[in-house]
Amino acid sequence: MRPQTEAELAQIVAGLTAPVRIRGGGTRGVPGPEAELDISGLSGITLYEPGALTLVAKAGTPVAEIEAALAAEGQRLAFEPMDHRGLMGTEGTPTIGGVVAGNISGPRRIQTGAARDFLLGVRYVDGMGQVISNGGRVMKNVTGYDLVKLMAGSWGTLGVLSEVSLKVLPKAETQTTLAISVPDAATAVRALSVGLGSPYEVTGAAYDPASGQALVRIEGFEASVAYRAEALIRLFAPFGTVAQVEDDPWPGIRDVAPFHGREGDVWRISVKPGDAPELAARCKAEALLFDWGGGLIWALMPTGTDLRARLGEFAGHATLIRGDRTQHAMFQPEPAPLAALSRGLRQRFDPKGLFNPGLMG
Amino acid sequence: MDMPTPNPTVLAKKPRLVQRLRQVLPADAVIDDLSETRAYECDALTAYRCPPLLAVLPASTQEVSDVLRICHEEGVPVVPRGSGTSLAGGALPTADSVILGVARMNEVLETDYDNRIIRVQSGRTNLSVTGAVEAEDFFYAPDPSSQLACAIAGNIAMNSGGAHCLKYGVTTNNLLGVTMVLMDGTVVEIGGAHLDAGGLDLLGVICGSEGQLGVVTEATLRILRKPEGARPVLMAFDSNEVAGACVSDIIKAGVLPVAIEFMDRLCIEACEAFAKAGYPQCEALLIVEVEGSEAEIDDQLTRILEIARRHDPLELRESQSAEESAKIWLGRKSAFGAMGQINDYMCLDGTIPVSALPMVLRRIGELSQEYGLKVGNVFHAGDGNMHPLILFDANKPGDLEKCEAFGADILKLCVDAGGCLTGEHGVGIEKRDLMLHQYAAVDLEAQMAVKDVFDPQWLLNPAKVFPLSVSESRRAVQVAAE
Repeated sequence: MRPQTEAELAQIVAGLTAPVRIRGGGTRGVPGPEAELDISGLSGITLYEPGALTLVAKAGTPVAEIEAALAAEGQRLAFEPMDHRGLMGTEGTPTIGGVVAGNISGPRRIQTGAARDFLLGVRYVDGMGQVISNGGRVMKNVTGYDLVKLMAGSWGTLGVLSEVSLKVLPKAETQTTLAISVPDAATAVRALSVGLGSPYEVTGAAYDPASGQALVRIEGFEASVAYRAEALIRLFAPFGTVAQVEDDPWPGIRDVAPFHGREGDVWRISVKPGDAPELAARCKAEALLFDWGGGLIWALMPTGTDLRARLGEFAGHATLIRGDRTQHAMFQPEPAPLAALSRGLRQRFDPKGLFNPGLMG
Repeated sequence: MDMPTPNPTVLAKKPRLVQRLRQVLPADAVIDDLSETRAYECDALTAYRCPPLLAVLPASTQEVSDVLRICHEEGVPVVPRGSGTSLAGGALPTADSVILGVARMNEVLETDYDNRIIRVQSGRTNLSVTGAVEAEDFFYAPDPSSQLACAIAGNIAMNSGGAHCLKYGVTTNNLLGVTMVLMDGTVVEIGGAHLDAGGLDLLGVICGSEGQLGVVTEATLRILRKPEGARPVLMAFDSNEVAGACVSDIIKAGVLPVAIEFMDRLCIEACEAFAKAGYPQCEALLIVEVEGSEAEIDDQLTRILEIARRHDPLELRESQSAEESAKIWLGRKSAFGAMGQINDYMCLDGTIPVSALPMVLRRIGELSQEYGLKVGNVFHAGDGNMHPLILFDANKPGDLEKCEAFGADILKLCVDAGGCLTGEHGVGIEKRDLMLHQYAAVDLEAQMAVKDVFDPQWLLNPAKVFPLSVSESRRAVQVAAE
């Protein structure tokens, strides 16, 4: 099923009698029923106002098309959505609908916010085949309940996105990266915390144990970046040798490049940064990558490992990004009262259980 | 403004309810005397008043849970209240409701600079959150004009913004977690010191739900390191259109100021008379503020002033000192008070695409002529969040009604221009009946489905957000259950 318009999409959903797997570009490896509802036919930027920092696009629009249109005006998607293809071993074209449905954000999330923070409005088709609109295309909007946030990260389980409206931001004139040589994760997280707690607007804060480097990104106008880099080099001196990196390591961190082509399951763990070193040690992982100042841990685990059992009780959540989701749930099980609320919402939005059933519990 | 008829069964339960609530709360936390419940009869939308059945002031999550459990068992509606500064009537009681005030819950529970969070009880005021961390040079970013008085609970309920959200976002972008009590007394923890939801983003839909999904008792908030410095520049233009075009050009140029504030002639004159900030007399004034080190500020302001010069400004005044900066902000910050000196006013909150600014301002001017009521415009131009202030005389019969009709026309204009009814104040009762201008019935049905899940009996903050005609069947169930 590959509708070409929102009306056609609504008509298809209204006639569905069995569950479907919703597919944008098919790059993020979402499991589900055989029957596929392919949204890539709903494509195209419907409105772009650089002076108002807003862009509206149909859900199946390729991310690359949006990024190219923004780049032409010196703007960008500030939340830096990850491209899953390298990690998942998938092909295809990532779509903006997939980015929103998965609330997919990259390293800049730590400073500027997640995909959900830049989502201004949605149109979607609910489980009854009704077209619903929420939010709009203005930057401040508290008119009624914020279903926009609810749809972001709902992985299609509440409705099929047909159109999304996004806040965009100017692209920075230049950027630089500082690398601090650190002995361990604990030192790395402490150094990154100092950077993130400084007034120098760090927009990336990662740690790659393989290289023993904590990485810090600074963006902005040239003179400003130079000034802040110098100030940060002084702040980081107590933690280890600091060097300015020539290459741009951030696309690789965003896409978890160190894990590409390696066997095993991939988990994504969101925690309080200060808890990261201890929790990462509990994983006994084959490889680790830290982003968001330590708040995001990527763990490469032997196939089939029950990572949640290794982590035990912790504040945060672990998501199985690559691995057998029939063996271990993709999403962290929720406490009973929250699970009941989530279940209640799914029942109201998709009473027939048509959309990606079982994916989120 | 229509409100539902009070439920006589609930009214008759008052003595029994008081008795049950006194079993779980200290005596002074249950207020049932009419002379005292009057203190809760309205919020900052003072045109509408109604004393509640009674008011309770719990001091802990457990006490909130006890209160809600009892009210749930008794089928009594509950109106949560932060500091009562809502301009939309978000905390307006009904005669058959219990006001649940969180004012006694104002402690800081945890500050953690390494992880850049603070955890507070929800009755704490917005400004005192920053107050708790500013000795370490940190701050809490959302800064609504009422920040001295307004509570975090209300900020979360209304997803409050402020002058600086162009750079830092609104409440929902700075809220990491809540402890919330559901109407049946269940306590839930959502989010925390980590980022993003592990399942559905319940926090995202709770923020801005106007106290209709649960009562938030504690919040984990993101705190940020203060910038090294900030400096405003004042720009005077001889037309709203030119000022609007200048705003758009600044944004397009890749400089993102922390705030872009706009004032029109009526507001400028009122502020001048009231605060004597030394503003130039002109049609439109912009205050643009940037942050960073001295050198960074110089660099950004050079770029911004260059753009402004292309729009033939009447005056560009760059602050040369802290005193001058304070003076530039003084007028803007006293704008509402200054307008209040002239007359009673109604403050609107529609948001429009920045590109529609000149058209919308021109149309507001025409409407002002048609209604014969003056309107001043002062607003956050960078994000298109307008605050037209309609002047009227509350003592003149018919003036309030005329003012409300004018206001409704302006808000419809905002929606028609591609914007929305409210950018940061919330719907409350004020914009409830305009919701169908922005949303179709199915859109509202989807929103109400969320309330069905969190509060199946529709007891929390009744008669707000959704037009009464639209929510009627759900409220009827509640009465029938009695």
